[in-house]
Amino acid sequence: MKALCYALFACAFNLLLGYTGLLSFGHAAFMGAAAYGTGWLVRSGGLTPELGLIAGVLVAAALGLVVGLIAIRRQGIYFAMITLAMAQMIFFICLQAPFTGGEDGLQGVPRGKLFGLLPLDNDLAMYFFVLAIFVAVYLFIVRVVHSPYGQVLKAIRENEPRAISLGYNVNRYKLLAFVLSTAIAGLAGGLKTLVLGFATLSDVHWSLSGEVILMTLLGGLGTFAGPVVGAFTIIGLQNCLADRVGSWVTVIIGAIFVVCVLAFRRGFVGEFIARRKKPAAAEPAAAAPAQVKAHA
Amino acid sequence: MTEIFGIPIQAFMGQLMLGLVNGSFYAMLSLGLAVIFGLLGIVNFAHGALYMIGAYVAWFSLETFGLNYWMALLLAPLVVGALGLVIERTLLKHLYKLDPIYGLLLTFGISLIFEGVFREQYGVSGQSYSVPDALQGATNLGFMVLPNYRAWVIVASLIVCLGTWALIEKTSLGAKLRAGTENPALVQAFGINVPMMVMFTYAGGAALAALAGVLAAPVIQITPLMGTNLIIVVFAVVVIGGMGSILGSILTGLALGLVEGLTKVFYPEASNIVVFVIMAIVLMIRPAGLFGKEK
Repeated sequence: MKALCYALFACAFNLLLGYTGLLSFGHAAFMGAAAYGTGWLVRSGGLTPELGLIAGVLVAAALGLVVGLIAIRRQGIYFAMITLAMAQMIFFICLQAPFTGGEDGLQGVPRGKLFGLLPLDNDLAMYFFVLAIFVAVYLFIVRVVHSPYGQVLKAIRENEPRAISLGYNVNRYKLLAFVLSTAIAGLAGGLKTLVLGFATLSDVHWSLSGEVILMTLLGGLGTFAGPVVGAFTIIGLQNCLADRVGSWVTVIIGAIFVVCVLAFRRGFVGEFIARRKKPAAAEPAAAAPAQVKAHA
Repeated sequence: MTEIFGIPIQAFMGQLMLGLVNGSFYAMLSLGLAVIFGLLGIVNFAHGALYMIGAYVAWFSLETFGLNYWMALLLAPLVVGALGLVIERTLLKHLYKLDPIYGLLLTFGISLIFEGVFREQYGVSGQSYSVPDALQGATNLGFMVLPNYRAWVIVASLIVCLGTWALIEKTSLGAKLRAGTENPALVQAFGINVPMMVMFTYAGGAALAALAGVLAAPVIQITPLMGTNLIIVVFAVVVIGGMGSILGSILTGLALGLVEGLTKVFYPEASNIVVFVIMAIVLMIRPAGLFGKEK
């Protein structure tokens, strides 16, 4: 269930980086803020889980809107650094705000009853609840990417000046993608709080933002299944290794990062797709230049 | 006058001085980042880790070989500079043709590796490094007591910053560096060894970070995480100052240190986020940063 939550988070991130070409280095902030929001409202406000999740999504989307409005003004590497800095701000707010429990985090969040009927304390029920949400969001992302809107996003990723010259309001598209992505990240955060029963500072910390980049990169940028594969791999690795090797986990994660960037930029799924396409790709390659001319 | 805005002047000036010391570290680190980004087009996420290693080299050389502070001040930049050479040659050089985002990710990975190794080796608890004998004590300036070491940090970092600035803006070597950032192929055609220049630029930036680390060692706790905590603030400094500008990063670093110190006096809870708030405001007014040029 934890891995599914992170997979959801990675999918949200992939929507932004893989399909829009925006590298956010502060995505953990949205996940974490929603985790706190959901957790606090469910525990202290007595909200039902579904309302708590919606509240978490709203919190994340609102934050995403604010951060996005500021960050969208710069591109590429600056965008990454600005999102990182804004995320750090959210981290400190979470550390100091009165309701977050400071260093201890928010403990003992009840799972409650879904729609007031189905008790989620049962792990199996919770599992299917998480799975259902995951599948729904996954299909939603596929739908978004294949929609005309998604095609415009891809166009922006490939060639922003051209998209502008075609008359698209690029910044509005990018902002919407950012908010969408942060909302899904928020959903992942809220779910995670319900599953584990707590929200802590590590949900907001920027090292998680780094991890989600790695999950997406390892699995394959801009592929649908990639982030899921990546998230399961990384969470699995952490679970297996954490007890045995202590701090070396960080070293291993760092090393995977380095290897990925140097030799393996397409990731597992991307590599797989590229291999399968290779024999078929030889033929259209000859036809491709003509096609380009036709479009030009 | 013993109070200023209702705050005892001693405390006020003390915080201001602390802010200035922090500001000098920001300035030195963002300067190194600016130089590396300028020539390599890589945002060096590992900068914080290099700074941390610099401090550890100082501590280690004192503990193990009994080398004093002044030796460490020389040794740490050399060691870390050499490390920078290795990193550049083995890893970074493969990335120059790619999107700068990959450089950021790669150096992020590198910093994770360093951080993990040091955490495994020394734990998360801090090591302390004592102030060298020559700089112990404090000078009474009448309105405040200034610890000698802090004064030295400010002076030393100012000298280093201005020296680097002069080297890049005023000498012929600097002119070649700047030309190399504009058009590497053309500069290469003039018979200048650009890859070598790039290599030594990265090493130089790394050495600057290490120097800051040694300077910081006696004022702070040396921990494996000291760099990562600082680097994000430094990124914000760089964004505010405008990435291309060397003078901009120096001035912004110092100024933000002061602002942070002031915030600590009036509203301590906000001191951690004031830099990011300023960044947001600056970006709304001037998206390219205070000293940056709009492209």
